[in-house]
Amino acid sequence: MEKTKSNTITSDILINAVRDSFIKLNPKSMIKSPVMFVVEVSMIITLVLTLFPNALGENGSSLYNGIVTGILFITLLFANFAEAVAEGRGKAQAESMKKTRKDTITKLITGTKITTVNASEIKKGDIVLVETGEFIPNDGDVIEGIAMVDESAITGESAPVMKEAGGDFCSVTGGTKVVSDKLKIRITAIPGESFLDKMISLVEGAKRQKTPNEIALTMVLVSLTMIFLIVVVTLYPMASLVKVHIPVSTLISLLVCLIPTTIGGLLSAIGIAGMDRVTKFNVIAMSGKAVEACGDVNTLILDKTGTITFGNRMAAEFVLVGNNTKENITRFAVISSLFDDTPEGRSVIELASKQDMNINKSEYSDAEIVEFTSAIRMSGLNLKNGTKIRKGATDSIIKFVKNLDGIIPDDLNEKVERIAKLGGTPLVVSADNIIMGVIYLKDTVKPGLVERFARLRKIGIKTIMCTGDNPLTAQTIAKEAGVDDFIAECKPEDKIDIIKREQALGKLVAMSGDGTNDAPALAQADVGLAMNSGTQSAKEAANMVDLDSDPTKIIEVVEIGKQLLITRGALTTFSIANDVAKYFAILPAIFTIAIPNMKMLNVMGLTSPNSAIISALIFNAIIIPLLIPIAMRGVKFKPMSADLMLLKNLTIYGLGGIIAPFIGIKIIDLLIAPLLRIMGLA
Amino acid sequence: MGIVQIIITVLLLFLLAIPVGGLIYKIISGEKWIADPVFDKVDGFVYKMSGIKKDEDMSWKKYVLSLLLMNGIMCVLLFLVLMFQGYLPLNLNHVANMSPGLAFNTATSFITNTNLQNYSGETGVSFLSQLFLTAFMFIAPATGLAAAAAFLRGITSTKIGLGNFYVDLVRFTTRLLLPLSLITSIILVALGVPQNFTANQLVSTIEGTKQIIALGPVASLEAIKNLASNGGGFFGANSAHPFENPNAISNLITIISLGLISTAFVYAFGKLTKNKNQARVLFTVLAALLIISIGVTYAAELGGNHAVTSAGLVSQSGNMEGKEARFGIPESSLFSATTTAYQVGAVNSSQDSLTPIGGMVAMWNMILQTVFGGKGTGFIYVLMYAILTVFICGLMVGRTPEYLGKKIEGREIKMVAIGILAHPLFALVPLGVAAVVSAGYGSTSNPSYHGLSQMIYQFISSSANNGSGFAGLSVNTPFWNISTGIVMLLGRYVPLAAMLCAAGSMAQKKQAPETTATFRTDKPMFGLTLLFIIIVIGALSFFPALVLGPIAEQLSL
Repeated sequence: MEKTKSNTITSDILINAVRDSFIKLNPKSMIKSPVMFVVEVSMIITLVLTLFPNALGENGSSLYNGIVTGILFITLLFANFAEAVAEGRGKAQAESMKKTRKDTITKLITGTKITTVNASEIKKGDIVLVETGEFIPNDGDVIEGIAMVDESAITGESAPVMKEAGGDFCSVTGGTKVVSDKLKIRITAIPGESFLDKMISLVEGAKRQKTPNEIALTMVLVSLTMIFLIVVVTLYPMASLVKVHIPVSTLISLLVCLIPTTIGGLLSAIGIAGMDRVTKFNVIAMSGKAVEACGDVNTLILDKTGTITFGNRMAAEFVLVGNNTKENITRFAVISSLFDDTPEGRSVIELASKQDMNINKSEYSDAEIVEFTSAIRMSGLNLKNGTKIRKGATDSIIKFVKNLDGIIPDDLNEKVERIAKLGGTPLVVSADNIIMGVIYLKDTVKPGLVERFARLRKIGIKTIMCTGDNPLTAQTIAKEAGVDDFIAECKPEDKIDIIKREQALGKLVAMSGDGTNDAPALAQADVGLAMNSGTQSAKEAANMVDLDSDPTKIIEVVEIGKQLLITRGALTTFSIANDVAKYFAILPAIFTIAIPNMKMLNVMGLTSPNSAIISALIFNAIIIPLLIPIAMRGVKFKPMSADLMLLKNLTIYGLGGIIAPFIGIKIIDLLIAPLLRIMGLA
Repeated sequence: MGIVQIIITVLLLFLLAIPVGGLIYKIISGEKWIADPVFDKVDGFVYKMSGIKKDEDMSWKKYVLSLLLMNGIMCVLLFLVLMFQGYLPLNLNHVANMSPGLAFNTATSFITNTNLQNYSGETGVSFLSQLFLTAFMFIAPATGLAAAAAFLRGITSTKIGLGNFYVDLVRFTTRLLLPLSLITSIILVALGVPQNFTANQLVSTIEGTKQIIALGPVASLEAIKNLASNGGGFFGANSAHPFENPNAISNLITIISLGLISTAFVYAFGKLTKNKNQARVLFTVLAALLIISIGVTYAAELGGNHAVTSAGLVSQSGNMEGKEARFGIPESSLFSATTTAYQVGAVNSSQDSLTPIGGMVAMWNMILQTVFGGKGTGFIYVLMYAILTVFICGLMVGRTPEYLGKKIEGREIKMVAIGILAHPLFALVPLGVAAVVSAGYGSTSNPSYHGLSQMIYQFISSSANNGSGFAGLSVNTPFWNISTGIVMLLGRYVPLAAMLCAAGSMAQKKQAPETTATFRTDKPMFGLTLLFIIIVIGALSFFPALVLGPIAEQLSL
């Protein structure tokens, strides 16, 4: 999965990020984060006060103002750096994708004429011919031909996939390469708006829009910032009234410490990194909103075939008929399948070996193989000793045995019917004129799915399986897979009805699908995950595309969506909780000189007013890079009850957020106090 | 004994809130009530007379506009009456016209349910003005209660409309405020509170000096003053005056009246949400805040001023300055904490003479505005904090937050952000100005920290629509009249409109089903977080002001 996508932050990304942190100081880009913009304005004020200490009529210290300016500058760089690092990975990935989007020559078919044109001149609706070794110029549908296409540029999967006209494998993506044969393709995308183009701009984060949740959180942060702005600005006249003079740079330090710079500086990095994690799972989300919506999903609608089950039938049981022995049926079932290379045949041998029935193939190497044909509808072996072993459709075997004057056991019909009712396929096994038993072939649930559905249930998501099978079969599979509900004999339009029904209950519905007839349902669902192998229309209707075409991938996206919100919440709480300690560091520092008893509030025992203020400010700055890893990785998500999760996160980020700065500021104070004394600022 | 008195009073208050809460629920929901046949007739008559279309369901915009329009017209009317009371009838005591500044302040004060009184009750207003003011003592709290009813409908139902403002106003007045104040005033009369239309009496005291004894419809005013967060007393001395509050029983009834309706609202909320646990959690949080504030005030007042004690100036311990000997420290502490918690503003002792910590607790309750809070508005603020808490909790459990099944999204949070910003903005900005201009700080009676405390108290009290004051501040000046007048208006209507807007937006949302991943707001964990957030937001916004005022004062004792 990660063949072409690097997990690690390379030194290139870091170097670029450092450069970008300076570029992002441009006020135009800073204003996107209102909290950090306040820091930038504050820094400009202290910078002026460093150069002209008397600018505001106070007899300030250039050195002290300079130190404050420096720390504010570093705070800004740290915040910008966080964002730049988050963007870096996406940009690097986009670069490598851009390389595949070469300006190639393409054969355009107009009527009967074939002309060579530049790929960029191909318009929507044009028909092109792409031959071995050539790149497909833009997204389209195959209208003629069958060929292998290398899609590694997009999926990272090196094995080529087959594409053919009609059906679910007709869509091709621009930028992929035909590696065998040739295809006639009708282009379905406008130049510059191909899937690859969209993907590049998505991973690059160029068109990143704030999600609704991010906007709401920004509102809270802006409100807090304004409250602190009011608090700090009004503190000045109040303090003057009681004859306490507060230097402007100290007030600014207080302001910057109080406003939620930690979350303000990391907010966009969290969003970008979250999208990046989705991309790393080889899922392309069309917007951050879709990923966040995933976290809220109540109901997940999945197809049975191909998603929950393998879709091909496998032996599940050997059923006795008449008064045969279990050993006999197993043995003859295996013998009949020894040279049967179909998945069904292999599954018979596998099941038998699980039941300790292993037969050496070489013992029967001299037998005559009877291949399956649609005329006889059975297959098997004619052994050297003349025994004819067969397995096949019930009526064919019955006819075969009757021809050999065999007797049909009474319970055969009943057992065959039971299997059929459960949605399985019965294969009757016979040796000469004796019917040995029945092989129960059934659709099998993919391994690991039971656990995944259990996990979904824990997260609070209900799963509904859709299948065209009869209710009995559907129920069997549903029970086996552990889905909460199923819709049997489901037609494509039924899916839309289910989605609408769930939505009417106020639920958020996600579904994954691939076929053309899934497109309306994908569009109706709040979260639609289309398969990359699926049709173009399905991909367009969905708001996420899974490049690995694994429909259960939606589970990972749900968890990433939740993680994204949790990370934001955790760092917001941490940021606000920090303020308690900062008040206790700075307020006594401001007032102790005028009100000596105020030192009682100096609970940390900080060395001097100046070192207290500078320590708090340094803590405020370095906490940003220290939290970058959490912002990038996201707070760990484990399914548990909401109450328990809240308790856990509140303890770590709320309580921890109150305690950590007390310790951090004290340590910084111990380190810098001697330095400040040397500088004469103690 | 002090503690026993306090516990009994608080328990009685909480118990009596239950039946009143049931009544409030019926008023909001329109559910059938035994006395409906009588009250429907009364209400029907009022609707007919005033042309109220009682079946009209208002959108949040219409509701807010109706509220502002009605309050606005009433406010202007009161302003004019006060300005010209000297010329108007029923002026038995020959009271002069109010100055425009004072009339503005008084009009805004009474329409916003603040009842900050920059005049003295006995001498400042005519009987006509007093009657008008008494009417406003019904209108203003009924407005707050109506707004809360609309807010609750918005967040609990799935109807688009929030109800009808005029109908709510009438129903709260006729079914809640009038009956309750009637009962209370009868009890007060029985306890010796005067109720007459007699002009001031000139009497000779035992010492032979002349004294003017003010009389009038005290009991009826007293009842509604305390029940409905008004606090503007008949007499300048307010509930410390023996005619307003003659004895221990009347004091008990007064304190219960202060908290009754706001406490009952929490109970009504439980019935409205059809999940009593939702209300239980909120109740526990609010009760905890109330009890802590009572406890800290009591401890601070009992501790007194060690400088005074050690100087040997007083024989008994504890701070008795400014307190009625009839009530003593426990009853005064309880009163101070309750009147600020419920934003009533009535006082039975001098707030100015509280110990710095006792005074700070009074400010703290007004900073939070959510310790049950004012009539209707207090509960709206509680739910405002609940929505903010749900938002942060929702993030921390990885879901778009829901409160009562409604998704909390950008619009709601924007309105909550405005609501939270309002109080510090309207209290601190004018405070900063007052600290600079001599018209502001010149009115303080003490220099330095206590003077600052007086100003802090005045603005916080105005913005929170409380109405009590530190008496040392000379407030009848153009600066204070106009500044606190504006603060009262903004402090009341801005957050109210914002929260009704949020309710309007929530009303249109579908109720999302509850799943295992839903963050439950009817569990202790939510209460704990809510408590934490209320305290942190309050403390972060006002800590520096408190440090410079009461804390600095305490530390320099």
